[in-house]
Amino acid sequence: MDTLIGLWDTFGRDWPYLATLIEILVKIVLIVAPIMLLVAYYTYAERKVIGYMQLRLGPNRVGPKGWLQPIADAVKLMFKEVILPTGANKFLFLLAPLITLAPALAAWAVFPFDEELVLADVNAGLLYILALTSVGVYGVIIAGWASNSKYALLGAMRSAAQIVAYEIAMGFALVGVLVAAGSLNLGDIVRAQAGGIFSWFWLPLLPLFVIYFISGVAETNRAPFDVAEGESEIVAGFHVEYSGMAFAVFFLGEYANMILISALAALMFMGGWLSPFHGWPILGPLFEWVPGIVWLFLKTAIFAFLYLWFRATFPRYRYDQIMRLGWKVFIPITIVWILVVGLAVVYELPWWFD
Amino acid sequence: MSFERIVFFAFAAILIYAATMVITRRNPVHAVLFLVLAFFASSGIWMLAEAEFLAIALVLVYVGAVMVLFLFVVMMLDIDLATIRAGFMRYLPIGLIVAVAMAALMIMVVGPTNFGLEQIAAPERLGADASNTEALAMTLFTVFLYPFEIAAVLLLVAIIAAIGLTLRQRPETKYQDTGKQVRVRKGPDRVRVVSMPAEKKLELK
Amino acid sequence: MKAFIDYFRSLFLLELFRGLGVTGRYLFGKKFTLEYPEERAPQSPRFRGLHAQRRYDNGEERCIACKLCEAVCPAQAITIEAEPRADGSRRTTRYDIDLFKCIFCGYCQESCPVDAIVETRIYEYCFLEKGQNVITKDKLLEIGDKHEPQIAADIAAQAKYR
Repeated sequence: MDTLIGLWDTFGRDWPYLATLIEILVKIVLIVAPIMLLVAYYTYAERKVIGYMQLRLGPNRVGPKGWLQPIADAVKLMFKEVILPTGANKFLFLLAPLITLAPALAAWAVFPFDEELVLADVNAGLLYILALTSVGVYGVIIAGWASNSKYALLGAMRSAAQIVAYEIAMGFALVGVLVAAGSLNLGDIVRAQAGGIFSWFWLPLLPLFVIYFISGVAETNRAPFDVAEGESEIVAGFHVEYSGMAFAVFFLGEYANMILISALAALMFMGGWLSPFHGWPILGPLFEWVPGIVWLFLKTAIFAFLYLWFRATFPRYRYDQIMRLGWKVFIPITIVWILVVGLAVVYELPWWFD
Repeated sequence: MSFERIVFFAFAAILIYAATMVITRRNPVHAVLFLVLAFFASSGIWMLAEAEFLAIALVLVYVGAVMVLFLFVVMMLDIDLATIRAGFMRYLPIGLIVAVAMAALMIMVVGPTNFGLEQIAAPERLGADASNTEALAMTLFTVFLYPFEIAAVLLLVAIIAAIGLTLRQRPETKYQDTGKQVRVRKGPDRVRVVSMPAEKKLELK
Repeated sequence: MKAFIDYFRSLFLLELFRGLGVTGRYLFGKKFTLEYPEERAPQSPRFRGLHAQRRYDNGEERCIACKLCEAVCPAQAITIEAEPRADGSRRTTRYDIDLFKCIFCGYCQESCPVDAIVETRIYEYCFLEKGQNVITKDKLLEIGDKHEPQIAADIAAQAKYR
């Protein structure tokens, strides 16, 4: 081990740029690889959970209890042909899935997994994440346009309007968070929530928290806001024409986005890596040994499960009602609550914002 | 050449290429997508200039919202290139005059006489924990408070004007009152039980 | 006042939470999935699966080529050709059922005066090549020979309802 570290040090001295590059690449792989694995098993979890809620068993044939199902799916998709529709813009057609996936992965760069465990501790981390998630919509729009198909274009139109509408509500909800935390740095936002479960932001920012998560569901085009796919109306929406690996990348992007939204909800409203018993008399020290990343994972899992629960429960929203909910309900509520939070912070009203 | 320079020239090259493509591409959707690329490249350059708030705000506001709506509209439009190009020669002289005037203005403002490191010294490097956002907010809400508020009011006026201009009640169109629909409860709101006289027996002849 | 209550009901998403409660309960409910190759659904003695032709106990085929089944078949899946056999009895020389046409209505079985053509409980079969969808008389008799005890038992079980 020591010889290895020594070798690395000499390498770093001789090739400083290359060493930095390799170091960053290794870190990126260390973040992206587990996320990709999580995405794969999230699809499995979705099929299982929805199956259970419909009194079915879900996939249970590939491997013990169906554990290898995602791998079988991946292998199948890899060997399928990617069909290019006639008249499709080839470059944009193949670029679109990547544009969906890339922001969902790039956003993890500023994500603090633990007190010190963060790839880039950026000051404007929250803004960076907002900017990147807003770029994801291009994947959907370009896919819809480049497919040269009316269903795809209709899906893209629906999705674009919906995502732009809900992004505003989502952004306002996060404005509330940064007013309460007094920082754009994600690590500082978590540190501002220090304390047990009742000093996290979900309680003082409850309306914003609910709106954030519902907007997140709408942003990712998931049920009950999945009019962009709307298989009963427009076949599969923006990705009708995609097959094989190009489709798989869309799929990965959608699920990576869902995990990202869940993780951000855990970070901003549920105290990130903090233990729910932090600072409590007996339970606090009892759970001191649990590493922060485990708490973060559990909290993320709760929200990820909510996504699946919603999908199993609610029928699809009608399109005009989606727009009404976004513009006429969510945005006014968030604006009012930002005002409330601002006043509370300025006058130091409750104990959350000291 | 330092690493930052290489990055700067790469971004600058992408920016110029994308900007040229915006005005030369025949397909309007391609033009809009190149405009998006141009925004990205300029945000990268701002990031190099340590203006990370502006860089991210550019992506967030322009790329994430404004250009999406642009794209939305452009995709729906059926643009006939022949009609657009019809008056090209007629408008060419006045267009050239405007272009030359604008170029002259730009050279006067940011030309070599009052631009460059000789005229304005390079700003000193900020520390790693210096918050761009906070600095911007500090100046915006102290020194430039009135201009900022006036701009906000102007935007509000523009929003109201835009809605006022486009909002019209069309009597022939049927609307659904979503609020009313949402308020519907199970029971009397949905089902109305009506008592009717029993039908008369059919007389057979 | 009622409008006020209704407003808060929809604002706090009460109905949606009740919906989530329902699916949440069902998450832990008993699952009804039948794991097919290991488990099978129960079958009625009236199950109408693959066809078969039966024989009498002495080995003589039952079918007398009356062509009632051919006539009654709504999908016209049955083709029969008949000639007198060497011993003078009336027998089929050809009895084909096209399983692509067959709708498994069971009319052939109902119409048969001698219980010759029956539909068995077999439902797991496949065609690997063209032409296998037409099952001939030999094949039908073979199926019948193989499953005779089951077929006889099923017919006996339904006898009192016919």
